[in-house]
Amino acid sequence: MKPNTQQLNNLTIQVRRDILRMVHAVNSGHPGGSLGCTEFLVALYQNVMDRKPGFDMDGKDEDLFFLSNGHISPLFYSVLARSGYFPVAELATFRLLNSRLQGHPTTHEGLPGIRMASGSLGQGMSVAIGAALTKKMNNDSHLVYSLHGDGELQEGQNWEAMMYAAAYKVDNYIATIDLNGKQIDGPTDEVLHMGSIRAKFEAFGWDVLEIEKGNDIEAVIAGLTEAKSRTGKGKPVCILLHTEMGNGVDYMMYSHAWHGKAPNDDQLANALTQNYCEGESDY
Amino acid sequence: MKKYTNTGNKDTRSGFGAGLTELGQKNENVVALCADLIGSLKMDDFKKNHPERFFQIGIAEANMIGIAAGMTIGGKIPFTGTFANFSTGRVYDQIRQSIAYSDKNVKICASHAGLTLGEDGATHQILEDIGLMKMLPGMTVINTCDYNQTKAATMAIADHHGPVYLRFGRPSVPNFTPENGTFEIGKAILLNEGTDVTIVATGHLVWEALVAAEALEAKGISAEVINIHTIKPLDEEAILKSLAKTKCIVTAEEHNILGGLGESVARVLALNHPAPQEFVAVNDSFGESGTPAQLMEKYKLNNQAIVEAVEKVIKRK
Repeated sequence: MKPNTQQLNNLTIQVRRDILRMVHAVNSGHPGGSLGCTEFLVALYQNVMDRKPGFDMDGKDEDLFFLSNGHISPLFYSVLARSGYFPVAELATFRLLNSRLQGHPTTHEGLPGIRMASGSLGQGMSVAIGAALTKKMNNDSHLVYSLHGDGELQEGQNWEAMMYAAAYKVDNYIATIDLNGKQIDGPTDEVLHMGSIRAKFEAFGWDVLEIEKGNDIEAVIAGLTEAKSRTGKGKPVCILLHTEMGNGVDYMMYSHAWHGKAPNDDQLANALTQNYCEGESDY
Repeated sequence: MKKYTNTGNKDTRSGFGAGLTELGQKNENVVALCADLIGSLKMDDFKKNHPERFFQIGIAEANMIGIAAGMTIGGKIPFTGTFANFSTGRVYDQIRQSIAYSDKNVKICASHAGLTLGEDGATHQILEDIGLMKMLPGMTVINTCDYNQTKAATMAIADHHGPVYLRFGRPSVPNFTPENGTFEIGKAILLNEGTDVTIVATGHLVWEALVAAEALEAKGISAEVINIHTIKPLDEEAILKSLAKTKCIVTAEEHNILGGLGESVARVLALNHPAPQEFVAVNDSFGESGTPAQLMEKYKLNNQAIVEAVEKVIKRK
């Protein structure tokens, strides 16, 4: 049975606690984008995707997800662990020597739930398209999802992939762009102004929809459900997900400063106070 | 010396095309991707016979590599085809992260390798691709010598789980290995037994090595010729066994002297049994326009160059 809204909201709080504690423990990692995309990934894994129990690399007869902006690995790992792919206790090994939870996600260490390494940006859309094409060849009607940063769209390979997906009607695929408007060096509009991302996707032949409240779990589920209904109609589907980097921690929001910086002890305590729910189960 | 008969010049890329065609009939998981070079890669037959398993990606090699990596998820065995330069240097990071590091079962098939593309010049020739590919952990690197061997290798790599770089070329060259022979990845082939020098050659230089061995025989020098089609994993045992007899070695390849077969062999020698070695390879330069034969002569990649290298290395024993 799918969790209700209250349960999902509680899970987003738990995931945020995981993210903060993971990056704090090793004084490195990327909390900003992780916190911003928490509702999206929780909704995807707990409500939207059709997943099989256990994990096998081929992922036949189930929906697949690819994380292209691999630096938000703390979020990915937390959601995977809390969705049963590996023990929650293993989150404590994030970024440590000999861990399966590498700084950026990898298949190399055999961590269940990961199907492709990411970290070097701009590669995930091509990979997701390949997986979607194989699903079509296998007569597997399940969908492929991917997540990308908005700054990541500055990588040219995305535009090769966008062109291909539309031209060859890869319509069993939903790509989501995390529109937080920030990247390492500052606002995306200042680093490299990309104009209208919506207009660009549409010009490339995609069906585009927006989730204005990307940090509202019900809005995210509604948007993802709408996106699903638009698959199978001859066009790849793009979700523009409006989020706030660092969402849930007041001093991390409205700035790019926490893209790749961990909180100190006091900052962690403060952040955890802001993210508390009854029955929390920290690793 | 053992005689080899050229059954007629053929291009190695056509061996790839023939192998792919046969694979298409044998293995329904084999899929093929091309970046706007179907004719050059001889992928027409596969496309015609299996349109549902053929993917024209357009001039977008990075996307092709990523799509191929993703296609493996669900059990497909993708074969990508484009020129060697665009198969490696242009997409190195995509291969590194999405294929090699992710351990994806993709076969990167590269034509027009080395100088013998000829007139198009250095932008389309690549002399660094073996080095680039062999440095990637887990990558198998193969450079075949003729049509028959390229066809056999194309079919063999489908049965090997893991990323493979298969390198071949454009010009028509002697076809002398057995028709429908088996291809064993990582197993060197002893073509001619000899006692004075070991010649280890790969790709188009294998036939040149055989021609050189005949010329050397006339001069009273007995050359052992080994066909190293697999540069990684390298058949170290075969090299060391031969070296124990001949005490010196010449490596020959259509590649930069830096990063190629020669350096791999030198490492084996240094770690196991230091011995004189001479390199027939391009001396750290780009190529240029010219006919294949002119280029192979100018850059000293032919049988005469191998003979000279042998005479030099024997004096160093």
